[in-house]
Amino acid sequence: MRPETEAELAEAIATADAPLAIRGGGTRGVNLNGDLIETGGMSGITLYEPGSLTIVVQAGTPLAQVDAALAAEGQRFAFEPMDHRGLMDTSGVPTIGGVVAANVSGPRRVSVGACRDFMLGVRFVDGSGTIVKNGGRVMKNVTGYDLVKLMTGSWGTLGVLTEVSLKVLPQPESSACVLIDGLSDADAVAAMSKALASPFEVSGAAHVPVGQDGSPVTMLRVEGFAGSVTYRSNQIAALFPDHDVRIERDGGAVVKGWAWVRDVEAFRDKAGDVWRVSCTPSDAAEIAARMKADGLIYDWGGGLIWARVPEGTGLRTQLGAFDGHATLVRGTGQLKFQPEPAALAALSNGLRHRFDPKGNLNAGLMG
Amino acid sequence: MQMPQPDGFVLSRKDEIVTRLKMVLPENAVISDEVETRAYECDALTAYKCPPLAAVLPTTTEEVSAVLKVCHEMGVPVVPRGSGTSLAGGALPTADCVLLGVAKMNDVLETDYGNRFIRVQTGRTNLSVTGAVEEDGFFYAPDPSSQLACAIAGNIAMNSGGAHCLKYGVTTNNLMGVTMVQMDGTILQIGGAHLDAAGYDLLGLICGSEGQLGVVTEATLRILPKPEGARPVLMGFDSNEVAGACVADIIKAGVLPVAIEFMDRPCIEATEAFAKAGYPMCEALLIVEVEGSDAEIDEQLALILEIARRHNPVELREAKDADEAGRIWLGRKSAFGAMGQINDYMCLDGTIPVSELPYVLRRIGEMSKEYGLDVANVFHAGDGNMHPLILFDANKEGDLEICEAFGADILRLCVEVGGCLTGEHGVGIEKRDLMVDQFAPADLEAQMTVKDVFDPKWLLNPAKVFPLAASESRRSVALAAE
Repeated sequence: MRPETEAELAEAIATADAPLAIRGGGTRGVNLNGDLIETGGMSGITLYEPGSLTIVVQAGTPLAQVDAALAAEGQRFAFEPMDHRGLMDTSGVPTIGGVVAANVSGPRRVSVGACRDFMLGVRFVDGSGTIVKNGGRVMKNVTGYDLVKLMTGSWGTLGVLTEVSLKVLPQPESSACVLIDGLSDADAVAAMSKALASPFEVSGAAHVPVGQDGSPVTMLRVEGFAGSVTYRSNQIAALFPDHDVRIERDGGAVVKGWAWVRDVEAFRDKAGDVWRVSCTPSDAAEIAARMKADGLIYDWGGGLIWARVPEGTGLRTQLGAFDGHATLVRGTGQLKFQPEPAALAALSNGLRHRFDPKGNLNAGLMG
Repeated sequence: MQMPQPDGFVLSRKDEIVTRLKMVLPENAVISDEVETRAYECDALTAYKCPPLAAVLPTTTEEVSAVLKVCHEMGVPVVPRGSGTSLAGGALPTADCVLLGVAKMNDVLETDYGNRFIRVQTGRTNLSVTGAVEEDGFFYAPDPSSQLACAIAGNIAMNSGGAHCLKYGVTTNNLMGVTMVQMDGTILQIGGAHLDAAGYDLLGLICGSEGQLGVVTEATLRILPKPEGARPVLMGFDSNEVAGACVADIIKAGVLPVAIEFMDRPCIEATEAFAKAGYPMCEALLIVEVEGSDAEIDEQLALILEIARRHNPVELREAKDADEAGRIWLGRKSAFGAMGQINDYMCLDGTIPVSELPYVLRRIGEMSKEYGLDVANVFHAGDGNMHPLILFDANKEGDLEICEAFGADILRLCVEVGGCLTGEHGVGIEKRDLMVDQFAPADLEAQMTVKDVFDPKWLLNPAKVFPLAASESRRSVALAAE
């Protein structure tokens, strides 16, 4: 079904006696059994105040529509959500609710934070059909528990989002990318770490062992006012006198290059499972080596590893214990999310049970 | 402000409880003498006082776990405390509680510049976290104005902010992991040196839960490289409306200053009399600070000044050197002290949409006349977090009550225009009974459900955050189960 209002949705969930599969645009490759609930009927921008850096949007609103409204005011979502369609070979229209439910955050997460860091408020319908609101539309709010963060990234398993409010930021006037050629994975992580520890505000730090031209490239992005971007990119380049360094100053090319990283374009149309591993950056090269992957991309200065491995690879077993976790983004036959230690799993299950006592919402996905 | 009746059964077992605590802690870590427990009778909300049954000062996570196990078994409420700087009564004890202070737990456990984090025990003060890394060019961003004294434990409990959160976010945006002890003594590790949670965002849930879900004993905090420099500019305007419009225009122009501070006339007058910072006498004053290299600062300030000039400022003052920058900040930083000199005051903390600033300031002015109490406004304008200071006389019969009623009306106004009761101080006991103005019963129920999961017996800081009537059935079930 495709409810047009929050009340309709609440009624549907309250009376459901079988599993429900919640879908925004259906682009993120989650295919669950159950009666389909599409959120696209609840669409539209409720409120947008550029001077307050806040936007309130109904959950089923196409992301492109929100992006266009923000761009018209020279603003954007700074957390740079990826478009999964290429990687997952899906079609459909990504929604803002889907972005929030999956806490989708791109390369800029390393400097400005994740989707969850920009979330100001939610309205949702829990698993018993009760409408709940939390947070609001102001940037500083510590009134009561932060269920906004709990809902962000809960993949529709605690409730179905109906409205979300987010903090937005100005679009920078200009961007540039410092490129270092030919580094080993370990050297690249060290270089990214050095750049991120500098005061020059790197807004993206990625390393591609096999770049678009076939050789390794390390990418360090800066954004801001034109003069500042020139200054900072030069300063960053100067941090690496012994490396093979160039600076891409064509803004269009910079945007394109980072969209390629963000959307994991390198793995598009290539066979195999795709994993997303969050780890301590300095462990990244060693962890990646253990994966014996067919393809690798390091983002977040090494804190995020994208890996393409042969179908069915038991990657978690291969990795063993490490500071971080592995998510199966593309592939079947294994749990999508890393199992939690017992004490945390008990809390997660407790929350899941309280918010969705019937266990109907995206059953089996998490918690 | 009402607190629940202490549990007579707990009070009657004081000796037994203290004996059990002394079995799991060193002798000097348990305080039960009635004179000595007085040291913990209140936090910075000093209008309310109540000594705890006993206070404990553990030094390790394992000791915290042992204390909580004892209290859990014996059905004794526990009130956690960082440095006791809460303005909301977050660490106010009840007569039947064990107050658990983390002040002795203040070690730096690990500093990692390559991965940009520091791991500390949570009794460490906010400023001394930055102190541990600043020589190496790093800092910890959240900077509540009590940062000299306040503990990271309290910062996490209240999700504290500060003057610079427009750019750097608040505690929750800078917290990567915690070691937390649940009420039954279970020790949990959540997050770490990696980003984002594997499952539900429990870290996000714990941050800002006012010590009701667990006692956080260790924290992994994000540290950032210090900017090359920072410089403020001061602007005076002849109305609040114009100053508010100027703030909105700066933000819309794509500049993201690290701080935009706002002071109104009563506040300017009081701070001038106290600190003599040489502020212009005008209706509204803004301090805007930007960061970067000299050239970058020039570039941003040129744009900001151009915008300010369009609003016909009565004063524009740039800082030419560190001394002038210091003088621009002097008045703002002494504002609270200045108010304390002339009067008793109550500091509010509501947040409003920035666009509602002129309307809300006008309404506060009108209400000030109706209640017969003066108000000075000083706040973080970029993010709409207001700090109206209501001036009253604590020695005058009934003045505190009038002040509280006035404060409640201001907070209701914040909610009415789309804002919230508290932006960075927390609910504690102070705003507990106003929660029904912001939340419907189902909204509060969803929050209390979270506490049911983490602390089924409702023993951790139980009389805070939720209106007593709303939480009563849960608290009394907990008592009956003893």
